Amino acid sequence: MTACSQQLTLESRLVNFGVGRDERTGGISFPIYPSATYRHPGVGESTGYDYTRSGNPTRQLLEEAFAQLEGGARGLAFASGMAALTTLFLHFSAGDHLVVSQDLYGGTYRVLAQVFGKFGLTASYVDTTDVAAVAAAIRPETKALLIETPGNPLLGVADLAALGALCREHGLLYLVDNTFLTPLLQRPFAYGADVTIYSATKYFGGHNDLCAGALVARTPELGERLYFLQNSTGGILPPQDCWLLLRSLKTLGLRLERHCANAGEVARWLKAHPKVTAVYYPGLEDHPGHELSQRQTSGFGGMLSFRVDTAETARKVLKKLQLISFAESLGGVESLMTLPAVQTHADIPVQERLRLGICERLLRLSVGIESSCDIIADLEQALA
Amino acid sequence: MSAKTYRPATLLVHQGMDRDPHTGASAIPIYQASTYHHPGGVGGEYDYARSGNPSRQQVEEAIALLEGGVRGFAYASGMAAIGSALALLRSGDHLIAPEDLYGGSWRYLNTVLPQQGISATYVDTTDLGKVAAAITPQTRALFLETPSNPLFKITDLRGVAALAKERQLLTFLDNTFMTPLLQRPLELGIDVVIHSATKFLGGHSDLLAGLVTTADPELGKRLKHFQNAFGAVLAPFDSFLLARGLKTLKLRLEAGQANAQVLAERLAAHPAVARVYYPGLDDFAARDLHFAQAAGAGAVLSFALRDAGAVPGLLQRVRLPIIAPSLGGVETILTHCWSMSHAAIPAEVKQSLGIGPELLRLAAGIEDVEDLWADLEQALAG
Repeated sequence: MTACSQQLTLESRLVNFGVGRDERTGGISFPIYPSATYRHPGVGESTGYDYTRSGNPTRQLLEEAFAQLEGGARGLAFASGMAALTTLFLHFSAGDHLVVSQDLYGGTYRVLAQVFGKFGLTASYVDTTDVAAVAAAIRPETKALLIETPGNPLLGVADLAALGALCREHGLLYLVDNTFLTPLLQRPFAYGADVTIYSATKYFGGHNDLCAGALVARTPELGERLYFLQNSTGGILPPQDCWLLLRSLKTLGLRLERHCANAGEVARWLKAHPKVTAVYYPGLEDHPGHELSQRQTSGFGGMLSFRVDTAETARKVLKKLQLISFAESLGGVESLMTLPAVQTHADIPVQERLRLGICERLLRLSVGIESSCDIIADLEQALA
Repeated sequence: MSAKTYRPATLLVHQGMDRDPHTGASAIPIYQASTYHHPGGVGGEYDYARSGNPSRQQVEEAIALLEGGVRGFAYASGMAAIGSALALLRSGDHLIAPEDLYGGSWRYLNTVLPQQGISATYVDTTDLGKVAAAITPQTRALFLETPSNPLFKITDLRGVAALAKERQLLTFLDNTFMTPLLQRPLELGIDVVIHSATKFLGGHSDLLAGLVTTADPELGKRLKHFQNAFGAVLAPFDSFLLARGLKTLKLRLEAGQANAQVLAERLAAHPAVARVYYPGLDDFAARDLHFAQAAGAGAVLSFALRDAGAVPGLLQRVRLPIIAPSLGGVETILTHCWSMSHAAIPAEVKQSLGIGPELLRLAAGIEDVEDLWADLEQALAG
């Protein structure tokens, strides 16, 4: 399998990661190695595996899959998206400064402000859809730019190429959280990104039944450094969840296709609804990042947000939903809706939140792979 | 909105219960408990995991919903499902089954059931006259597969169900090849539907499971009784994996079917191939009958090479498909029926049925079809 894997399309490779790799049995599904440790053949000898925090065959296969998918030198799997991000932040030192998307997941904001702030790592939050604003935020001590594109929850689209050029010019590490689109739809390394970050709980996992994170380093050197941090701090993904995630990757292509198609239909339907005052989805022609998205992504993804007429309507919708779950998270086969102001983005100070447009009329919808007719029917009755 | 009104894509994702009632959890918990506390000595809905387990119940309800049954049953393998369903028969009963039955079913009917005094006659079930002629006073049931495995013979389900009703026979159908998305046998009058859920329903070649459902409450009660008495139940973790597999069944099956259609057409035009068996081909003899009772051709096809001697070379050269028994996974699986899926059937019987050593079965996965064809083409070219 590995012999011809380089010529295969990404879709075929996704299905075949690890297939038949178990040499003892030829098992189609790669084994789960729950072993915490490994017997050494002799003093100073190793099978290549010493202790599961440092390396585990099931995790290693998953990490290879991440690296291959992204086209990077090394992939690393973590116990959650936040564990991945935290490990990445540990790369920096006290006194360093980061420029970060303002339209980003609230948990990232929380860990930077409330945990890394104590250690002297500072961050400026800027509108990364505006290249000039990013340039203006760069200081002598700035070490990296961290972006999410599309943004969360307002789906603003950052110019990957322009920001890549800016990072090169200023010698910044270019960090891209690619959770919303995955490497199947957006390839940050093509624009000079150094590290991609994933909450693999989302589309990679895809079934709302595991919690995982991933980092992919473009270069071997950065990969080695991040591996050192992974092994030193130990926020690794356990073997069972690695296996479940490998299973998920097999259907990633099919799932994403359906997520994108359904999200497009739902976005257009919402746009025509009298109680909906705005729909944020890069696939809509009037979305400010539509053309840019068309250039730098091969699909608009399954995430959208929309604003309703009143905060009361938003709460009513959440109460009346039947098929769609009112729950945090995204990227699963099941459709989920959240109220970002009180859930995913609650840790962002209220003034700042309102300035960004994350008010209590804003709902975020992760469109699942159910029949789009059933999703729309549920929205229709909930908005009625 | 009740689950029964949802379209199939939605039903598959949400199934009978899509949120844990206690926590709201998006995934139904894996209940590993072997037994359940009886507060004050009084039992509740669950008393012992063989009798009932919420994780297993999830897939049991799902198959009933998908097939239009009243209740479903989950077993440790497809064969455990077949064996448990056939426990509806008793000593002295006679069974009619198709000639080109799946090898594992053939072995069970030929070597295990006779010990219990249950005999079987194998007929060409595509010919209702032959089925009728094989009925004896002891005949109690018809065991069917359509399309048959691996020769894609199509049995008229409505016709055979009507005959069975008239003669008061039970009908069992192994619906593994089609899944309830493509063929809904209970609606056509079949009594008991069986699945090897290891195949399309599980879909990832990483679990073994069997499912049974019926629309008849009385049969349901008897199936439940035997499932509990015999105990070949599906374990909680595999129930979880199967429920997870079902969520993407529609996407996987549609992709596999589209791939199978392309591969069938290209194989049919290939000089090294003598014949392709696939209901989606224009010249498939029983095409009209198949599409009168099924909504698609499925993702499995068989093909015969002109030269049986070319089979080992092809199996050596092919790189992408898994060479193995089984089918219905996301990975394309190529099976040499002679030595794998139908190995349990004696050589002369196989030969007489047309299952020769030149026959290969291909279960199309969800890979890119051009990758699959490029690989098959190079393997066929030698």
